[in-house]
Amino acid sequence: MERYICAIVLILAAMVIALRNLSKSYETAEGRLEVLRGIDLDLGAGDSVALTGESGSGKSTLLHLVAGLDRPDSGEIVIGGRDISKLDDRGRAGYRRTEVGLVFQQFNLVPSLDVAANIAFHAKLAGRHDPAWENELVERLGIGTLLTRYPEQLSSGQQQRVAIGRTLAARPGLVLADEPTGNLDEANGDAVLELMLSLSKGTGSTLLMATHSRRLADWLDRQVHLRSGKIT
Amino acid sequence: MTTWTVATALLSHWRRRPLQFGALLSGLALATALWSGVQAINAEARASYTRAAVVLDQNGLANLVSSNGSSVPQSAFVRLRRAGWNVSPVVEGDYRFGTTRLRVIGIEPLTMPAEAQTIDLGNAGDLLSFISPPGTLVVSAGTAEKIRGQTDLALRVSDRMLDGAAFVDIGLAQRLLRRDGELSRIVVAENQRSGLEPLEKLVPTLSVREPNAETDVEHLTESFHLNLTAFGLLAFAVGLFIVYSTIGLAFEQRRPTFRTLRCLGVSLRVLAVLLLAELVLFALAAGAVGVAIGYLVASLLLPGVAATLEGLYGASVPGTLSLRPEWWVSGFAIAVAGTLVSSAQSLLRLTRVPLLAAAQPQTWGRSWQAGRRFQVLAAAALLALSGALLLWAEGLEAGFGVLGCLLLGASLLLPTVLSGFLTVMQRTSSRALVTWFWADARQQLPGLSLALMALLLALAANVGVGTMVSSFRLTFVGWLDQRLAAELYVAARNEGEADRLRTWLATKVESVLPISSVDAEIRGQPMQIFGVVDDPTYRKHWPLIVGLPDVWDRVASGQGVLVNEQFWRRDRLRIGDQLDLASDWKSTVVGVYSDYGNPKGQVIAGINALTSRYPQVSRLRYGLRIQPDQVADLRSRLSDEFGLPPDNVVDQAALKEQSRRIFDRTFLVTGALNIFTLGVAALAMFSSLLTLSEMRLPQLAPVWAMGITRRDLALLELLRTLVLWLVTFIAALPLGLALAWVLLAVVNVEAFGWRLPMHIFPYEWVRLGLVVLAAAVVSVFIPLRRLAGLAPSDLLKVFANER
Ligand SMILES: Nc1ncnc2c1ncn2[C@@H]1O[C@H](COP(=O)(O)OP(=O)(O)O)[C@@H](O)[C@H]1O
Ligand SMILES: [Mg+2]
Repeated sequence: MERYICAIVLILAAMVIALRNLSKSYETAEGRLEVLRGIDLDLGAGDSVALTGESGSGKSTLLHLVAGLDRPDSGEIVIGGRDISKLDDRGRAGYRRTEVGLVFQQFNLVPSLDVAANIAFHAKLAGRHDPAWENELVERLGIGTLLTRYPEQLSSGQQQRVAIGRTLAARPGLVLADEPTGNLDEANGDAVLELMLSLSKGTGSTLLMATHSRRLADWLDRQVHLRSGKIT
Repeated sequence: MTTWTVATALLSHWRRRPLQFGALLSGLALATALWSGVQAINAEARASYTRAAVVLDQNGLANLVSSNGSSVPQSAFVRLRRAGWNVSPVVEGDYRFGTTRLRVIGIEPLTMPAEAQTIDLGNAGDLLSFISPPGTLVVSAGTAEKIRGQTDLALRVSDRMLDGAAFVDIGLAQRLLRRDGELSRIVVAENQRSGLEPLEKLVPTLSVREPNAETDVEHLTESFHLNLTAFGLLAFAVGLFIVYSTIGLAFEQRRPTFRTLRCLGVSLRVLAVLLLAELVLFALAAGAVGVAIGYLVASLLLPGVAATLEGLYGASVPGTLSLRPEWWVSGFAIAVAGTLVSSAQSLLRLTRVPLLAAAQPQTWGRSWQAGRRFQVLAAAALLALSGALLLWAEGLEAGFGVLGCLLLGASLLLPTVLSGFLTVMQRTSSRALVTWFWADARQQLPGLSLALMALLLALAANVGVGTMVSSFRLTFVGWLDQRLAAELYVAARNEGEADRLRTWLATKVESVLPISSVDAEIRGQPMQIFGVVDDPTYRKHWPLIVGLPDVWDRVASGQGVLVNEQFWRRDRLRIGDQLDLASDWKSTVVGVYSDYGNPKGQVIAGINALTSRYPQVSRLRYGLRIQPDQVADLRSRLSDEFGLPPDNVVDQAALKEQSRRIFDRTFLVTGALNIFTLGVAALAMFSSLLTLSEMRLPQLAPVWAMGITRRDLALLELLRTLVLWLVTFIAALPLGLALAWVLLAVVNVEAFGWRLPMHIFPYEWVRLGLVVLAAAVVSVFIPLRRLAGLAPSDLLKVFANER
């Protein structure tokens, strides 16, 4: 157990994120669309950072790159001393499995698994299945009565709570959230966000959250603003 | 916005998805093709039965036949004529011209009622040559071709005649058939003078057979046609499923278009009418292709069907198809109707598309669960009904009822069985990815279950019919070895030659077995009576099913006769039952032998008993027992000594080969239909996998995001398809065997009158399994390539609010 905690502490300590001169463009029917044009950003271990910007400014694109879901055109994404943009498909998949947790706006859950299985899913893939910790998360998220339900039987707010539980159950060093409350009404959204912040603080994860809402951004430690493809 | 603009917007969908368009059209075309092909075959066969009945049996009129099944004395006809009745005599029977056996129908053209005059003998010259010696055979062109040179009689071709039959003058027929003074029946004209003495008084031993809507052949062959129809229906249903799933998908994908059009002010009615018009247009196009393919299928299969009908039922059906306009109409109608039925749900849903709300793709899984309870109940009821029919009902219809209920019940049960299997697998696995694998397979069941059910039916039909045919073949080949025990078969050309042949052969072979038979009516059915000599060959080889211990002694001494299995079963005869074989000949049944491939009943008596009742019986054909190594030698000596043509001396091996060829040809049709059905089922599977692959993004994207590569996901996808196919295949094995058992033990007995032992052919299953495996891989190939080639951005779209 002690060694296990040590390993996690080591991962967390190493989880320093450095983005260097990151660019990404898309080919569209109208021609080349340059979304990110030289992003530089550093995050320390345990930081919680809000990524703000207009709709269409490239927040999601940036998160996808950091998550290893897509590759940049150029630049480096150094995480824990390793440039993940240089990894192949399999390498990036392994990175996602063990080091990152993702919460999207919608469709976070595996529809064929019930809530309990969803919560354990990523932790098991990451090799960090811990029933006691999962129980605690379930309790704190207030989803104890939903464990045998399937995603389609949940409201959007419930789905997002389960998604947060699923993400944190795996104790990822880095949590990436893309408008996690974008589909929720304000009261519900605020409650979900508060849970996410306090829980990820508790696990010591680094949090990078994209939002277009200044109000929500204020809840986090630090804010970075994205405009015209650059951090300002 | 004009209607045309809207139509273009709707149609553009198909231009961007040629594969989907292809699946839709080919599904519809295939469904129509198989259905209309089978209908064409059935219609052709039925038309020929009716024609045969009307032309050959004067079926439109009442007939007088003997009440006890024996022949009608000519004196009865004379008595009726004298009393003023407008009647005409007919005698009929089989006669061999060289190697061709023809049904010879002797008529009297002068008294034959006008409504039954099917051949035109209107001019005096024709009539004269018909009734005066040596006589004329009126035959079809095909028959004339076959028997030319085999007879001294003049041939006259009539295009109204059917293949395999000949009209001759009644006197000539009586001579040919050796039935002097005997008639088969007496045709009674519709118009009769009034005040005639009633028939019952004049001819009390005869009874009236009323004109019959359904002919005997039609009744006999009903099972075969039912079989074909069932195959056609199965294929049609499977094909429609393809249409159902593609249309469902296309509607789902065009939802945003529909919504946009509605927002732009296109009314629901215009939208619905346009979509309906689109579907009808597709249906007509696919229907045209389908009917054309159906015609091709039918004309490819018809010779085989004709062979089957001839071989199993003795029914003559031409091998070529005539084009009937009603098929085109019915083909189009069935295509349009099928399209509308399978798109009804999608069209209905269209009316409920909310203008704004986002699509809810997953809720249908739940309602499927609820529907499944009903399916299980229905399946249980059907299976129970099948069992009840098996136990308590009788007849061919009941046999098919058993089959239908069994197949339908089992296929309704399939989704539940699969779901149970997947649940168990899911519960017993602990690794996250493995659990997900099973859970995900279960989630796909609603979308795949119809296709899997179709697959189950096709596979079970394959296993069942395959087992039936192979069992039959094995039994048949073994039976041929027993039945064709003589090494050489020879036929003399006339009685004089036959006498010389017998004397000559006496010193050269181990034994000479005469093959003599007469046509007779026993218990009201046309039958053949064979005479056999007492010879060890029969005692050792003849395929007896049941018999008294001293059966051959009794047959030889004339105390008893053997009957074939179909006669035995049909009339529920028992050992010891009395049979009236002729007016002055009664005998006891002492044994039963199997006689596959013969539509008629048959009796075997001692040769002396036969010749004493029928002194004129033909004694032209003989089976010869010799050492196998002397066959070739004897053959050549026979042709040197007697100048017999090669066709008149046939060795056992050639005869067996010929029988086996006929057998295989008979079941060619079944094999072809089996393959077609399996092909359509594979296509259905392909189209539903394609459909599902489009809806799979939200199911796969989260797993991918959590660190499973696209390649691994694709592999798991392949594995999942293979598992579903495999489980369905395994489920199809017992179902197929049950099907085979019902076919062998119930349907065959009812339809043909013989029961066959069931054999199991695991090697054939392995072969079928490999075919299935290949089909599974092919069916999943395109959906899989699509998945493996997905760009990350396609998967990422799932998580953003842009859908
Ligand atoms: N896969 C893609 N192909 C083409 N353009 C894209 C793709 N994904 C995003 N974009 C475009 O890139 C820009 C940034 O998108 P996104 O990162 O989603 O912005 P945000 O999340 O800040 O709203 C938008 O203009 C969007 O239309
Ligand atoms: Mg975004």
